[in-house]
Amino acid sequence: MTTTSGSTPEMRHHLDDPGTDQPGGLVGEVARMSAEERAEHEAEVADVVAPDRDIEVEVGETLLEMRDVTLSFGGLVALDSVSFSIRRGEILGLIGPNGAGKTTCFNAMTGVYRPSSGDVLLEGRPLGRLKKSQITRRGIARTFQNIRLFGEMTALENVVVGTDARHRTGVLGALLRLPRHHREEREGVERAMALLEFVGIADRAADKAKNLPYGYQRRLEIARALATEPKLLCLDEPAAGFNPAEKEELMGLIREIRDDGYTVLLIDHDMKLVMGVTDRLVVLEFGKKIADGRPAEVREDPSVIAAYLGVPDDDVA
Amino acid sequence: MIGNLPTVLAQGGVDWISFDIGRLVDQFWYNTVNGLAYGSIYSLVAVGYTLVYGVLKLINFAHSEVFIVGAFGAYFTFQFLGYESGGIAQAPLVETIVNLILALAVAMICSGLVALTLERVAYRPLRRKKAPRLVFLITAVGASFAIQQAIMLWRNPNPELAIQLIAPRPLFEVFGVSVTNIQLTVFLAALVLLLIADSFINRTRLGRGIRAVAQDPDTATLMGVNKERVIMLTFIIGGLLAGAAALFYIMQIPQGVVYNGGFLLGIKAFTAAVLGGIGNLRGALLGGFLLGVFENYGQSLLGGQWRDVVAFVVLIVILMFRPTGILGESLGKARV
Amino acid sequence: MSAHHFRSGTATKVPFGQRIRDWWNGLSRFHQWAIIIPVVVLVYLMPFLNFFPITTEPGTDFELALFNTARIVLIAIGLNVVVGQAGLLDLGYVGFFAIGAYVAALMTSRDSALYAEYPWLLVVVVGIAVTMVSGVIIGTPTLRLRGDYLAIVTLGFGEIVRLLADNIPALRGNVGFRNLERPPGEWSDGTRIFTQGDGIPWYWLTVTAIIAVLILVGNLERSRVGRAWVAIREDEDAAEIMGVPTFRFKVWAFVIGAAIGGLSGVLYAGQLGFVNNARFDVVTSVLFLAAVILGGSGNKVGVILGAIVIAYTPERFQVVSEYRYLIFGLALIVLMIFRPQGLLGARQRLLARGRQAYKRLVGKPEPVSTESPMKDSGKGTGA
Repeated sequence: MTTTSGSTPEMRHHLDDPGTDQPGGLVGEVARMSAEERAEHEAEVADVVAPDRDIEVEVGETLLEMRDVTLSFGGLVALDSVSFSIRRGEILGLIGPNGAGKTTCFNAMTGVYRPSSGDVLLEGRPLGRLKKSQITRRGIARTFQNIRLFGEMTALENVVVGTDARHRTGVLGALLRLPRHHREEREGVERAMALLEFVGIADRAADKAKNLPYGYQRRLEIARALATEPKLLCLDEPAAGFNPAEKEELMGLIREIRDDGYTVLLIDHDMKLVMGVTDRLVVLEFGKKIADGRPAEVREDPSVIAAYLGVPDDDVA
Repeated sequence: MIGNLPTVLAQGGVDWISFDIGRLVDQFWYNTVNGLAYGSIYSLVAVGYTLVYGVLKLINFAHSEVFIVGAFGAYFTFQFLGYESGGIAQAPLVETIVNLILALAVAMICSGLVALTLERVAYRPLRRKKAPRLVFLITAVGASFAIQQAIMLWRNPNPELAIQLIAPRPLFEVFGVSVTNIQLTVFLAALVLLLIADSFINRTRLGRGIRAVAQDPDTATLMGVNKERVIMLTFIIGGLLAGAAALFYIMQIPQGVVYNGGFLLGIKAFTAAVLGGIGNLRGALLGGFLLGVFENYGQSLLGGQWRDVVAFVVLIVILMFRPTGILGESLGKARV
Repeated sequence: MSAHHFRSGTATKVPFGQRIRDWWNGLSRFHQWAIIIPVVVLVYLMPFLNFFPITTEPGTDFELALFNTARIVLIAIGLNVVVGQAGLLDLGYVGFFAIGAYVAALMTSRDSALYAEYPWLLVVVVGIAVTMVSGVIIGTPTLRLRGDYLAIVTLGFGEIVRLLADNIPALRGNVGFRNLERPPGEWSDGTRIFTQGDGIPWYWLTVTAIIAVLILVGNLERSRVGRAWVAIREDEDAAEIMGVPTFRFKVWAFVIGAAIGGLSGVLYAGQLGFVNNARFDVVTSVLFLAAVILGGSGNKVGVILGAIVIAYTPERFQVVSEYRYLIFGLALIVLMIFRPQGLLGARQRLLARGRQAYKRLVGKPEPVSTESPMKDSGKGTGA
């Protein structure tokens, strides 16, 4: 089920749960749980996944704003004065034909490229010349179209690297194992384990990332990005190479992420996935925004239909 | 005591490093002429670095040993032809020229073979395994080390006794500086070889293959370019030119035939390649000549003992501020 | 251990090294310590175990050979932080070693105008501090460069350090500094403990330093810092995007590596009692690198093993001594082709509480084996 933009996400059952200090248990244990126990367990997990979410946040308020962003490489204009905003608590889809500038848009948001002109504002503050790592710590996390995990690290370690974005232990603290180091290590591992359970790959936590099956790697990327406690999670074609059943599962996961209080930006080619899960769509073509609205509206938009020339209306749906 | 630090630095007078602009100006033309003669050698060796880098994105650390093997090849040709160690030969001109050409051929073949062997034995297996870059570089370092040490064990750590086929003799003067017969020969011969290499890369079908692989290996393969053959070819061309450079080198510095003689020259030639824009053939040419003269200017300015530092400083400064060099990387695509 | 039984029960052949690691990994903390402590004691007792096969060729001092081996082990551990953990190929590491040695010389040789009766421990501290500062000076401009360029530039810096030693009169070039001060202390009969001739105290001192450094480096490894290093090694861009301040941690890797190299330099200078410009050349840097690669870069135990092979075999076998550089050069090529992870390919553990976490999550201990720690985000050269 989808919620339209502006409405409060309903699936907040876990927040009613007081939660306990008990960390997530063995995967096998979870499998043996009764439905009730499992619901409670999942609630605990979710609580660890999103510990500091401010549930009172007013959904609909602008989180990120692209303001007249232009990006050109040499003579080639990849983004031409693109403006749109992402509101808190929504799932925004960014679609467009190949080479329309979707990933470029991502890169402009995450600091990989600096806009030639225009601004990207997060919570009203321009990202300006912040470094990529600083942008992440401001609250934008992303996954990669071509998976880029730390192959030699285990799945768990990969996610802990994500949690480190919020950690402040320095070299001296680690060298002397100061109390903060201990606290952050404990907290990081707990959270990482919970995140692995959340995305459903905890059974392979001890495997090296490069040895994981493809679908697990995609999920691990999501867990690692979530670990940085982002306000905005950008997913770059998370369903690439998935079969319909896996895509269905992923849609569920994305909704769950949003319901936990994250804002999600999604790029994907699969119209069914995008239409099915997003609250709102922004359509790019040749680096320009050509449409912005609810999926149902966008689907009827003549310019969008023209952009996907040769793709009949039915197939878009 | 630490309080002595200023005095300590000034110890032995201030002449451990100078900043003699007067000397720089006085010796300007002398340094330029001299620098161009050295620079032609750097250029020839730099082409080897630049071609391999262009095609494989690999710093062929062992290229300095490709060079020094050529120097030994030329040296033993001299010996074989009956030249005495430690003296200046006085053969008739025609005989000398024939012998030099013979030595050139042997040096080029030796270096070419070493380069090819390196490619076959060390790098190709890594390519097959799609090894990461760092692995290639460590292999290159190991190969450089092994060849150097093998030569040292075979000969000894001391330089071979010098053999000179031609005595340096001033030919004419430019800007009040005399140009020797050796300098002129080396400069012209190097220039001819570089032009041949340049037109080979730019004009012939095989050369186009090299450029295609440098630009986009995958597409080039799809278009029917045999990548393995192109790689072999680049190593051979680099090796041949390094061999030629080696002969020119021992013509100018007859006492330079020593197991580790390639090391510094290799670093300098690599610096030249980076200076011109690594991956760019003409950049290597330009970079070599520029580094040759810079080095001499630096020597005049700071004092002879700092000559070798100039190359390192140029290298560091270029990489820091303009890693694409003067001409940029035009053989291959820009770095990611 | 259920996983273990399962493995040995099947017909698949598990490599010996892998079995050792699994076995070790399956032991409890208590059992591990029960093995480590006697091993450490044995290491300290090494000077008294001078008999076949672990002796040296006649004419070589066994105790000094032990000290030199320990010294190379210390260096290899330091270089491993830079090369193995953070993946930064440093070909000028000998420069830091040289700086440490020269600091000791300048402070404690009567040939130096800076000489004063400094406490020896202060010399160690100053030596480490100066090398750390030089690590920052060299690292800050160069660490923005990509991997292979970094290697060449560090080589350049290493050479510059050597040329400075050659050319600055105050550093006395080939003449060098004589009669460096040694650590204080006397035996009961009034003779000095630390002399040039007796390798035993130096060996003990160095082994102690190694243990301290191992503990500290281990602390870093299983922390945010170690994870940042490995993330940088694996995929620097992805690490930055995941919030790792990559540049800062690269400089730190350089600085910590430099500190250990400097410490080793101070010890070396102290034992020899003499420092001049020899032995600080690229060949030495490459030898250090060979030690790290040979054993298994990234892995401390492997690196120690590699350093022992590099430093001890030439002392043990005259044949090796003559051909050592050739052998180690060839070894680098062969290893890179057939076993790029080194003799002992084991992965690092990056979590302070990993043991418990993995137990709880998947019911088996932390994995330790590796195929190759030298990753470059999968972009092979020319591949």
